[in-house]
This record gives sequence, C-alpha cells and structure tokens, in this order.
Amino acid sequence: MIEVDNLHKSFGAFEAVKGVSFRLQPGEVLGFIGPNGAGKSTTMKMMAGFLAPTLGTVSMFGQDVWAEPLAAKAAIGYLPEGAPAYGDMRTLAFLKFIAAVRGIPKSRRAAAVDAMVAALELEKLLSKRIEQLSKGFKRRVALAQALIHDPRVLILDEPTDGLDPNQKHQVRRLIQNLSDDKIVIISTHILEEVSALCSRVIVIAGGQLVADATPAELAARSVYHGAVRVRCADPRVPTARLAQLPGVERVEWDAAGEFLVVVPTPGKTLLGEVKQCLDQAGIQAEEMYVEQGHLDDVFRSLTHTDSVEAA
Amino acid sequence: MNRAWILCRRELGSYFSTPLAYVFIVIFLLMSNLFTFSLGGFYEVGQADLLPFFTYHPWLYLFLIPAIGMRLWAEERKSGTIELLLTLPLRLGEAVLGKFLAAWLFTGIALALTFPIWLTVNFLGEPDNGVVVASYLGSWLMAGAFLAIGSCMSAVSANQVVAFILSLVTCFVFVVSGFPLVLDFFESWAPVALVDAIAALSFITHFNAISRGVLDLSDLLFFVLMISGWLLATAIVIELKKSQAA
Repeated sequence: MIEVDNLHKSFGAFEAVKGVSFRLQPGEVLGFIGPNGAGKSTTMKMMAGFLAPTLGTVSMFGQDVWAEPLAAKAAIGYLPEGAPAYGDMRTLAFLKFIAAVRGIPKSRRAAAVDAMVAALELEKLLSKRIEQLSKGFKRRVALAQALIHDPRVLILDEPTDGLDPNQKHQVRRLIQNLSDDKIVIISTHILEEVSALCSRVIVIAGGQLVADATPAELAARSVYHGAVRVRCADPRVPTARLAQLPGVERVEWDAAGEFLVVVPTPGKTLLGEVKQCLDQAGIQAEEMYVEQGHLDDVFRSLTHTDSVEAA
Repeated sequence: MNRAWILCRRELGSYFSTPLAYVFIVIFLLMSNLFTFSLGGFYEVGQADLLPFFTYHPWLYLFLIPAIGMRLWAEERKSGTIELLLTLPLRLGEAVLGKFLAAWLFTGIALALTFPIWLTVNFLGEPDNGVVVASYLGSWLMAGAFLAIGSCMSAVSANQVVAFILSLVTCFVFVVSGFPLVLDFFESWAPVALVDAIAALSFITHFNAISRGVLDLSDLLFFVLMISGWLLATAIVIELKKSQAA
C-alpha cells in the first residue's frame, strides 16, 4: 500500500504542492490529472524519492521513502517526465546497467533484459545508441528501464506524451497487461486515457487535491451526465417542446450542429420522455443515446474555479 | 559500494564511447611532452629524473581537469537523467563517488599513458624509480583533488561552460596559494598562522613535497581530505539544487 500523507513542497516562496494526501491499494491504477504547473510532477517526484517533501510523508508498503530510501526505491519503477536516458549508451548496455544497479542477480539479469525486450519490442534497437532513437522508441526504452525489476509500484509521468496513436495504444496495452497486484500511478493530459486505463482519478489544481474518484464517478459530475443525444436531420424537431419536458435543464445543439443534446437537471433520466416526445411529433431519430458525461468538462470546472481562487 | 562501482564502470564506458576521451588524452600527452621538453628543458638539465615532467602538472591540470569535471553533474541535470539516477536504489554518496571514480580513473589512464617518458629517462640514465613512482602517485592524487573541485562546481551549474570556469578559478586559487608572490602579500599584514594556513592549502606545496620523493603522510592526507571534502560538498550542492528547480 502507498500512503501519501499531507505532502507539501515549496520552491523558495512558491508553494508547488499544498497538502496532498491519498492511499493506494495494490491493483489500483491511479490517473493523475491537472493543468500544467498544478503540482502533478512535483508530487510524483516526491513519491519516487527524488525530491524531499517540505512537509508530509510518503510510504511504500510501510517503508518511508525518505527514512528508508533504498528499500522504498527498490519497490518503485519510475519514468520521469520526458523519459530521460543516457543518450551515449546503447539500448542493451543501458538496460543491463539498470538491471545491475537495481540489484538483479547476475544469473537473472539476461532474462530480465530479454523479458523487457520482448514486452516492448526492442529487438531492433539493442545495438543503437539511445540518442539516435526516435521519440517513441526512446520512450519505450525508458519504460523498459522502469519495469525491468518487476516493481510493485510504477510511477509514470506522462508515459504517452509525444507518441503517435499506435505507440500510445501499445503503451496503454502494456499498462493494462501489468499484473493485478501492482500499484500504478500515471499522470496524463489525455482524459480518454484516464477512462481507458485507470480505476481511480485524482485531480490536482493549484497544488491541492480537488477530486478523488473513479473515472465514472467523475464523469457523472458532468452537467452532460445522463444527457440524451439525438441525431436527427428533420427540421421539424420540437426543440421548444423538449425543453419544456419535466426534468430538462436545457436543449442545445452540439458544436458540429449534428446532435441535439437534451441536458437533464442533475439526477434525472430522460431517455423515455425524449423518445415519447419525438414519437408524438412523428419524428424518427437516426441515432439516440445517453451520455456518461464529459471528463474534460468536469476537468475544466474543477481546475478553473481553483485557478480563479488562487489568482 | 558495489553500486558505486557499477555506476563507475558505466561512466568510464561512456567516456570512451565518444571521441572526446581520445581527444583529451592526445591533448594531455602532447601538452605534457611540450612542457617537459621545451619549458622544462628535459635534455638541457642533464639529470636523469622526471622533475621537468612533473613540475608542470599542476598547470596542465588547471586547464585540463576542469574540462573533464564540468560534465559530471551538469550533464545529468541538463538531460534530466539525474532524476533517473537518483531514483535508483543507490545512495547519493555512491552516485557522487561512482561518477568521481570514473573520472579519476580516466585521468589515471591518461597519466599512465605518459609511460614512454619514464622509459626514456631509464634508457638515458639511472633515475630513482622510487621517486618516479611517488611522483606519479602524487600527480594522480592531485588530479583527484582538482577533479573533486570540478565535480562540486559541475553540481553548482547545469551549464558546462560556467562549471568549467568556476572550477578553473577555484583550482587556480588552490594552486597559487603557495606562491611566494601571494604569500608575500599576506605576510606584510596577516598573522603567521594565517600565512602558514594559506600556504598549506596549496596543491603545489604538497605535490612538490611528494614529487621530491618524500612520501609524507600529511601530504597524502591533504589530498585525500581535499577529495573527500569536495565530494561531500558535491553531495550537499546536489541536494540543495534539486529543491531549487521547479
């Protein structure tokens, strides 16, 4: 279990992280989201044992990251922001070096490296210098570095940043395939990634934790949660009558003008009523479904109000 | 300790993975020969010893060692690999020591490659080889002290040029502090104890003592303490700098 307790970090007069606390159990995949400069990376750096907190503690399976750094760090695999690696080294030598420093016994080192090479498809890169690799390949080498000792905790700072869609898919699949007893912490700006990968989301803004929920719970906070989207080319669509249905907050067209969105007042379900209303008007909808809510719109409302407060 | 050695091997390997290392060794060998034969008057002196060779080492190191030391930590900070390195299960002290050792061994290799001059002097006459060995040891220790300063300055600035200049200046202070010119300046007003202390801080004072063949424990201890002190300072600076960069 990871316990993050009342974590603070100041850089001079600037308070980057102001009292973040949470606990994670094995099997949880945590998505860390927040605007740039919100304190995500700083929090992750403190968890990984790179930065010392100004106040507060982080413990990995009962071992304090700062009191027993070696034991705690041994349990962690960390991918720093930007996926740094020694550019002058060749991929194979780099992975061997990490395996050695990580204390993997000599007899198992080759197997550990081979497992990473297979998992991340690094075969063709082994004799290349890391500085010559493309961004996607570099990222994969850096991921291999974080995974090579089969850590119980994985801290990945923007693992898919700068990757093309195929590479992103590959990295996501890799994270999904990790065994269930690991704790994974991912920071990202891609909200679909959170829905696709994470069992839990923490939103950080202005150095503070502003939300801690499952992706579904978070999406449910969206004003569009439960909204009915109707695709209908018929100009006779009874917008005014829909807007007057009980439980309807408002009716609007989406940005592309393709879908009519019937937004409910919080907690109402509308699908039946909307259907009935359209039937009465004799209109055939081409497509109609209930929305789960938009994470980006929740994200904006959570982090925007906060930045206004901070200013 | 084992981890420091693993790190040291990686570092040493990376020196030789670029042409820079070879260029450095060539420059070192050329310069040391130039100093020995033209400035030192190796032949003219007519003595079978390596004094003309070793006398100029402090000056040679003054420019060449900061060039090795400047990349030690500056590059790690600039490329972000410091975050990778310091989140591996190894102590900061091991990281500082491992990187320093690699650089020190590298200067050791460069120094060892000057062996033809030793062969030459043995061919021409009968030098006191004990003194030569002591001088080599002293020179290598002095290189270590220069490097430890370089390591600390390289932790101070992520800019390698700044790190180079800072260590050059600091090394210069430690070289000239034993010079009569500098000491005369202090002698006129400062208490004797202070003047002695300043003279005792000079690399040249201690190096000259060793290269005369006098292996005094205090001279060896001086360099060992210099190295330890500056490496400790390196670790402190790294720790401080980490918390500054947002």
